[in-house]
Amino acid sequence: MSRLVDGSVVTDVAPMKRNRLNQILASLYVNALYEMKNYPVVLLNTMLSPLSFLILIVFVSHGRLIGEAIEGGLIMSMFGAGTSLLTDMSHLKNDFKLQDMVVSSPATWQTYVAGMALSEIVYSLPALVVLGTLAAYFIHTTPAGFLTMIGVFFTVFVTSIVIGYTFATFSSDIVQSFAFSRLISTLFATIPPVYYPITYVPLPYRYLAYLSPTTYAAELAQNAGGYLSLSPQTYLVDWLVLISVTAILFAVARRKAKWRET
Amino acid sequence: MIECAQLTKRYGRRERRALDSVTFSVRSRGIFVLIGRNGSGKTTMVRILSTELEPTSGSASIDGVDVVTSPTDVRERIAIVPQEAKTVSWMTPMQTASSYLLWRGFSRAEAKARSLASLEKLGMGNSADSLNRTLSGGMKRKVLVATVLASEADVLFLDEPTTGLDPISRREFWSILRETAKERFVFLTTHYLEEAEALADDIGILDRGRLIRIGTLQSLRKSIDYDFSLRIPKDQAVSLPRLRNGELFDGSEDTHILTVEDEAYEISRALAKEGRRFTINPVSLEDIFFYLIVKEGEQTG
Repeated sequence: MSRLVDGSVVTDVAPMKRNRLNQILASLYVNALYEMKNYPVVLLNTMLSPLSFLILIVFVSHGRLIGEAIEGGLIMSMFGAGTSLLTDMSHLKNDFKLQDMVVSSPATWQTYVAGMALSEIVYSLPALVVLGTLAAYFIHTTPAGFLTMIGVFFTVFVTSIVIGYTFATFSSDIVQSFAFSRLISTLFATIPPVYYPITYVPLPYRYLAYLSPTTYAAELAQNAGGYLSLSPQTYLVDWLVLISVTAILFAVARRKAKWRET
Repeated sequence: MIECAQLTKRYGRRERRALDSVTFSVRSRGIFVLIGRNGSGKTTMVRILSTELEPTSGSASIDGVDVVTSPTDVRERIAIVPQEAKTVSWMTPMQTASSYLLWRGFSRAEAKARSLASLEKLGMGNSADSLNRTLSGGMKRKVLVATVLASEADVLFLDEPTTGLDPISRREFWSILRETAKERFVFLTTHYLEEAEALADDIGILDRGRLIRIGTLQSLRKSIDYDFSLRIPKDQAVSLPRLRNGELFDGSEDTHILTVEDEAYEISRALAKEGRRFTINPVSLEDIFFYLIVKEGEQTG
């Protein structure tokens, strides 16, 4: 109940107990489930990018690189979650002003971004189901290798979400966001040797490839799938780089990303 | 109380101040309407108070809670429909309102129940499950207002919620807002002066980032020395008497006179005698606004 004190409304009720899980699920509903339910055609779209590259690599290599290409497709799907997050958040923020309504509510940036990240995974499910089925059929690995792959995909996902969130907070226009999204996707998921071993890249260009965290992710995944044999030192360095890049980007996002505008 | 002290917002180092040392306090009861021309700083003010935007300097609080240093506490109590907010095209009104309530931490069952009740209250029960993109412009605005009304927030910021609405929809909106203001505080911005006049318990006038007046309509009326407003169309060629107690503003469409009661009757009688067309009314908010903006412009050059 509210009452008046000195001309002001004073609310007597105790602060409402808020359901944090529902705060996360709200983003999932808005950004994935309602869209999928009301516009089912979007489900097809999520499969196209990773599968088209996979098919191309498999054809060009006469089937020899199918394992690497499936792993590459999974990495691209995970990385694509972040680039999609960038455009989706920008769309909700700049075109609908929905994010402004959320900022001025008890939802926190953590719950909002967690929900949006979850929505991107759900949105990618069609591709992940197809790629996961192909992986189960074509990639034969040990339980440790399987866990490594899961760890790699998860780290790539977190990295991309952090990149996507940071860019989304700076973007003031959906056209700008699409440009950022395509640029990031090309630099980190298309150009680096994600769908094939890095040994296929001529030596001087390999150093450039190592500027992308997805190159390290692909090496680790290919090693886990038995397509590449990494030395223990390289294995450790790859993990170290991958985790460090994620941690640094996370720190940058916390410091620079703007939930409340300045 | 909503209190602001020396509140200033500058976008970029060389940019003009969107808000320039705004200081005021207003009771958080009923409806407060902030009026001003485009670019006067209304939206910046709302965005700062609703914790979306940090001010460059100064302070602001809602019922004693600082919006700059304690935004989380403020957000427990507020909800906003931003200027230019749009309904998400792929969602329905029901999904729009209920997902917003989930963001506020309601259970699914309560979110649905409150959303349906709010949509029905605004006469949208039958459209609750239609896609937003199929709704008219007025209905879409209603969805957004129903969304925040469904919440538990007791301070509502509505930034130009009636822009683009037809006159009938706008009046429907007014009765919803009056009803809402019985239980909650509504902070409204508009550039429809008749809207402010019809709704406001308190009115603030912003011009070029500065708050030039604040108070009730009555107190604003008293802040200028005139009681009546006469408007004489340009096609009614008349020689006007020299004004003793009034002021004359030569507009492109008409000649506008603000004056005291006696002089207003005198001029009216003279114009009527000559058979000229004119209007005479008690000073309205539009007259006050016009007068204050012109005077403010003269003072600041």
